[in-house]
Amino acid sequence: MSRSLVNWFKYASPASFYPLAGRMIPYFAAAAAVLGLAGLWIGLLVAPTDAQQGEGYRIIFVHVPASWMSMFVYCVMAFWSALGLAFKTRLSGMMTAALAPTGALFAFLSLWTGALWGKPMWGAWWVWDARLTSQLILFFLYLGFIALQSSIDDPRRADKAGALLALVGVINVPIIYFSVQWWNTLHQGASVSMTKAPSMAHTMLAGMLLMALAFWAYTIAVALARVRCIMLERELSSEWVKRNATE
Amino acid sequence: MLSVTQLTCQRGERVLFQDLHFELPDAHWLQIAGANGAGKTSLLRILAGLTEPVQGTVLWNGVEIRTERSLWHRDLLYVGHQGALKEELNPEENLFFSLGLEGFGASPTAVRAALQQFGLQGREHLPVRYLSAGQRRRVLLSRLLLRPGRLWILDEPFTALDVHASQLMTQQIQHHLHQGGSAILTSHQPIPLSGGSCLTL
Amino acid sequence: MTFPHASPFILAIRRDLLLAARHKTEIVTALFFFVIVVNLLPLGIGPDTDLLRKIAPGALWIGALLATLLGLQRLFAPDHADGTLEQMALSPQSFTLLVAGKIVAHWLVSGLPVVLIAPILGVQFDLPGRSLGLLMLSLLLGTPILSLIGAVGAALTLGVRGGGALLSLLILPLYIPALIFGAGAVEADLAGLGAEGHFSLLGAVLLVSLFFAPWATTAALRVALE
Repeated sequence: MSRSLVNWFKYASPASFYPLAGRMIPYFAAAAAVLGLAGLWIGLLVAPTDAQQGEGYRIIFVHVPASWMSMFVYCVMAFWSALGLAFKTRLSGMMTAALAPTGALFAFLSLWTGALWGKPMWGAWWVWDARLTSQLILFFLYLGFIALQSSIDDPRRADKAGALLALVGVINVPIIYFSVQWWNTLHQGASVSMTKAPSMAHTMLAGMLLMALAFWAYTIAVALARVRCIMLERELSSEWVKRNATE
Repeated sequence: MLSVTQLTCQRGERVLFQDLHFELPDAHWLQIAGANGAGKTSLLRILAGLTEPVQGTVLWNGVEIRTERSLWHRDLLYVGHQGALKEELNPEENLFFSLGLEGFGASPTAVRAALQQFGLQGREHLPVRYLSAGQRRRVLLSRLLLRPGRLWILDEPFTALDVHASQLMTQQIQHHLHQGGSAILTSHQPIPLSGGSCLTL
Repeated sequence: MTFPHASPFILAIRRDLLLAARHKTEIVTALFFFVIVVNLLPLGIGPDTDLLRKIAPGALWIGALLATLLGLQRLFAPDHADGTLEQMALSPQSFTLLVAGKIVAHWLVSGLPVVLIAPILGVQFDLPGRSLGLLMLSLLLGTPILSLIGAVGAALTLGVRGGGALLSLLILPLYIPALIFGAGAVEADLAGLGAEGHFSLLGAVLLVSLFFAPWATTAALRVALE
């Protein structure tokens, strides 16, 4: 127990995490490519055509996993933030900063594919559906986080302010989601649920899970690559960066 | 007694000072000297507990200042160089509120007497906006009379003061030291007080 | 000037109210902004009374959001600039309590006038008397939420480049629940659905913000002061 704790804290320092991250990136990148190709193959070629929605429904193989990831990444950011505020580990702030653009990307992807799906299904690019609206707000939260972090020059302050914002956001996300749903039912707007595909065939589920795993691997690979850049930027003057540069 | 061990301060990429050690016993004072940008104000802010140092500890009577914030802040009287004066309020209101927010009451007569001692009689009801830089400093220094504190941290207390006010200031510090208090100040001039030491950053 | 031992919380409120009283134009400007924004909507939409009655709660609420946002930037900035905030952080009294005092003062100065003037604007939108009362009640419960959450944003963006625009980007999404429950309460009542659910949820959001916001604001201010 105590030994694992020691190891854990060892990797919380940038100097030892940097090479570890470097070794891990290729594996996750490869996993993302393989799983993604498999998921797309099932989604686009194997899965049966939907009786009601035709071929257009196939966009859910991107849309649904992207929505899952966008929500999940925000939770992970909040987790790193809490860790950073509690234990003052330098790595936490860097991880949060590295994850934010990927989360924003997935939120945007989810909105974009949602609109593409909506046009043939409902005849409109945008409907004020509760899920779509919450997703839009989540996208705004990501943008706010990135804007706040990038407008503070001192990295220590940027990390702490970002961490506080992420925590405030994560308390708010369920409240926002609930309030939007409440608003939606009150106004009797478009109540077509996007994830309730009429009959979820096993192949469809498999395709979606593969895509979700691919997005996971992609997120990890990209976040690690980005965190390595952030580490180099921030710790330019430190010993371990100089050692790495001369190697 | 204030003890500082292994203090390191970093601003952005630049390390301002490293491994700073010193102790300040009661009834002693310390002058912090150094060129502009050497980190004098940064050091004072760390000592006050506003900034977290990259490394090192600050102990007040053997207790880490951040663990017992409210005790430490009761004993500490900090006058920064921004001054914390509201331009819209007059000196009396300024003192009344700044003492009140720290939980120290002050009677109007005591406030007036302190302002008078620093030569501000007749200006108690003038908004600070209309006071000169030196007069504003004097308002701040009146706080020293009214707000009890065992350690004074004063950032450039002699700035903008004329000869007479500087003398008053020196007397004030002397009196504080006689009563067993201690003081840390930054200044570019030599200070005519005994029992002090100097730390150059 | 005869309260030598008033509580620091009360003193923090009194101090900010006194300062606000010396800047009356700022309060009046924010209130005037609220009135103008709400009055512009009919001009953009057209004088259809039925439609106006329907959008009135939303219009007034959005006006209240924007008016709050206008004053938020000055919640901590002047105190930060002249070092008062530093003195508050160094006070032996609880910093959170002093910050809470400032938030209360902000609400008294920016939220309460909006609540009081709302019925007059509601009449312009032809809202019935019952709805006017509910609108005031929803704003009475909701504007403190706006001040509380706004304070967190103001503290996070204190002294940051492009603070004003950034503040809106951070805060407006977080205002959505208050907007939905607040404006929704009046709308639900107009539609004959009953507004109790909305009010209890608005109250719950208020309690959650009361619990978290002063703490988060203080933490953000300490970061800003470093």
